[in-house]
Amino acid sequence: MTEPRLSTRVKEAIAAEAGKYPEPRSALLIALHLVQEEIGHVPLAIQREVAGLLGLRPIEVREVVTFYPMYHEQPVGRRHIRVCVNIACALAGAREIVSGLEERLRIRAGERTADGAYSIEEVQCLGSCGTAVCVQVNNEAYLENVRASGLDDLLRSVG
Amino acid sequence: MSARGERYLLPPDGAAWGALEAYREGGGYGAAERALRELTPEQVIEEVKASGLRGRGGAGFGTGQKWSFMPKPGGPKPSYIACNADESEPGTFKDRQILERNPHLLLEGLVIAGHALGARAAYVYIRGEYIQAYRVLSRAIEEARGAGVLGERPLGVGRPFDVVPMRGAGAYICGEETGMIESAEGKKGQPRKRPPFPAVYGLWGCPTTVNNVETISHVPAIIRRGAAWFKSIGTPTSTGNTLYGVSGHVNRPGVYELPLGTLLREIIYEHAGGVRDGRALKAIIPGGVSMPVLSAEQIDVRMDHDSLKQAGTLLGTGGIVVMDETACMVRAAIVIARFFRHETCGQCTQCREGTAWLHKLLRRVEAGEGTADDLATIDGVGGYMEGQTICALSDAAAWAATGFLRRFRAEFEAHVEERRCPLPESFRP
Repeated sequence: MTEPRLSTRVKEAIAAEAGKYPEPRSALLIALHLVQEEIGHVPLAIQREVAGLLGLRPIEVREVVTFYPMYHEQPVGRRHIRVCVNIACALAGAREIVSGLEERLRIRAGERTADGAYSIEEVQCLGSCGTAVCVQVNNEAYLENVRASGLDDLLRSVG
Repeated sequence: MSARGERYLLPPDGAAWGALEAYREGGGYGAAERALRELTPEQVIEEVKASGLRGRGGAGFGTGQKWSFMPKPGGPKPSYIACNADESEPGTFKDRQILERNPHLLLEGLVIAGHALGARAAYVYIRGEYIQAYRVLSRAIEEARGAGVLGERPLGVGRPFDVVPMRGAGAYICGEETGMIESAEGKKGQPRKRPPFPAVYGLWGCPTTVNNVETISHVPAIIRRGAAWFKSIGTPTSTGNTLYGVSGHVNRPGVYELPLGTLLREIIYEHAGGVRDGRALKAIIPGGVSMPVLSAEQIDVRMDHDSLKQAGTLLGTGGIVVMDETACMVRAAIVIARFFRHETCGQCTQCREGTAWLHKLLRRVEAGEGTADDLATIDGVGGYMEGQTICALSDAAAWAATGFLRRFRAEFEAHVEERRCPLPESFRP
């Protein structure tokens, strides 16, 4: 398998973001989002490329990748399913949502299916407490008011 | 003049004013026109001070006072606004309503604040998961630039001012003002020691004011209708409307724009439709999970800074989490302790170790393996965790855990004495 490389499109997008700030380093978080949208995760080789683009040392990129929960150094599923388990969602049955997904996909939260199609992550409050349980798949708009009885439909809708 | 019941932050139910035209139809950008054409920066700051507006991000600091800490324009460094849209205090989902449904209100507030502070730009730090809010605000900014509201001469009169949206990446600590500044500089979101405060040394070492989304969004109404009008809403020390987010075991969860000082009972039973399935109310977190919990008997408290302080808690973000009689208080405390354990940035020992221990002790109690000593340890944890760290996350973790224990001590003791959870039908953590 060849190492993933940054596309010209993403490199240009990162350069454009860097131009918005007095210091290009400020574009690091959005740059990592752009990388992840294209590749799915942020492997070390890519971190080095991003460091080069923003004039940083590789460790300055890695400490950010590992500090923030939304970035993944290892591959996640093509549909990465985040389930909020904080208080409002817990009160609305988030635990049943997580276990329902675990049963259907035959993996535990924090794992990825063998075919690389799905992964599940328990996350902290997504800011959707009035429409709990809240689920986010990849970088898309929230799925709200999720109920255990609707999980088959949910998985069908995300493909 | 009573302004009770009148909204000025949220569009009517079901409506969204994402487009500039829709916002202008309701008189939008009229306040910015007036501020930039008729008022000096000092006059704007005085009006905001006189309004009594306090920050809506959790700490409740006087906004006009905060603005007055900024240096006069013309100094050696540019000034900036850092707008906190990191909304990640559990139970809080109000700023998202403004970002997604009324983005130009925020932009108008920023234009006025930019004029008052002589700021070159505002950076809006939006939590990474709020992709929808990021898209809506980005479009609104493009439209505002195209219409000359932002840019080289805002509204044809102002000094250069732009707004730049930024994305976070899932770390709660970036809602702490200096953690946010570090993050916006492309670093780990570890809070800074103060002094120096952001007004002296903020973004890229330049003078910076950090304001929450909702806070800024009150400013257009204050300029349009005056400080006296704003002060006529709410209580003498908690002025204006606010966005209460109601979640948990209620029939109509949602965000309600109401005057500060509204009775908690009215919010829960009239606006949020009461407790679901006709069950009995048990506990209420009044302002995001960092704030100590209230018991059902305290429901006649008014939701303002002073009243909640007297009740032994704080207004925080106004995010109200309602729990009914089925909810186990130890489990609720576990969920919250797990959150703080996950979100500690790790730089202060008391917080890094304390949050982990609190979670561990609470799990032990819930599993029926806790002892009276464990409860005493939780009760005393504040002595180690409060007032000793760079930021307030450690304090919040201690307040939340000790709050549940002290308010519902008998239930915690029952877990220890019966060696099991006495509420097996409760939600699972």
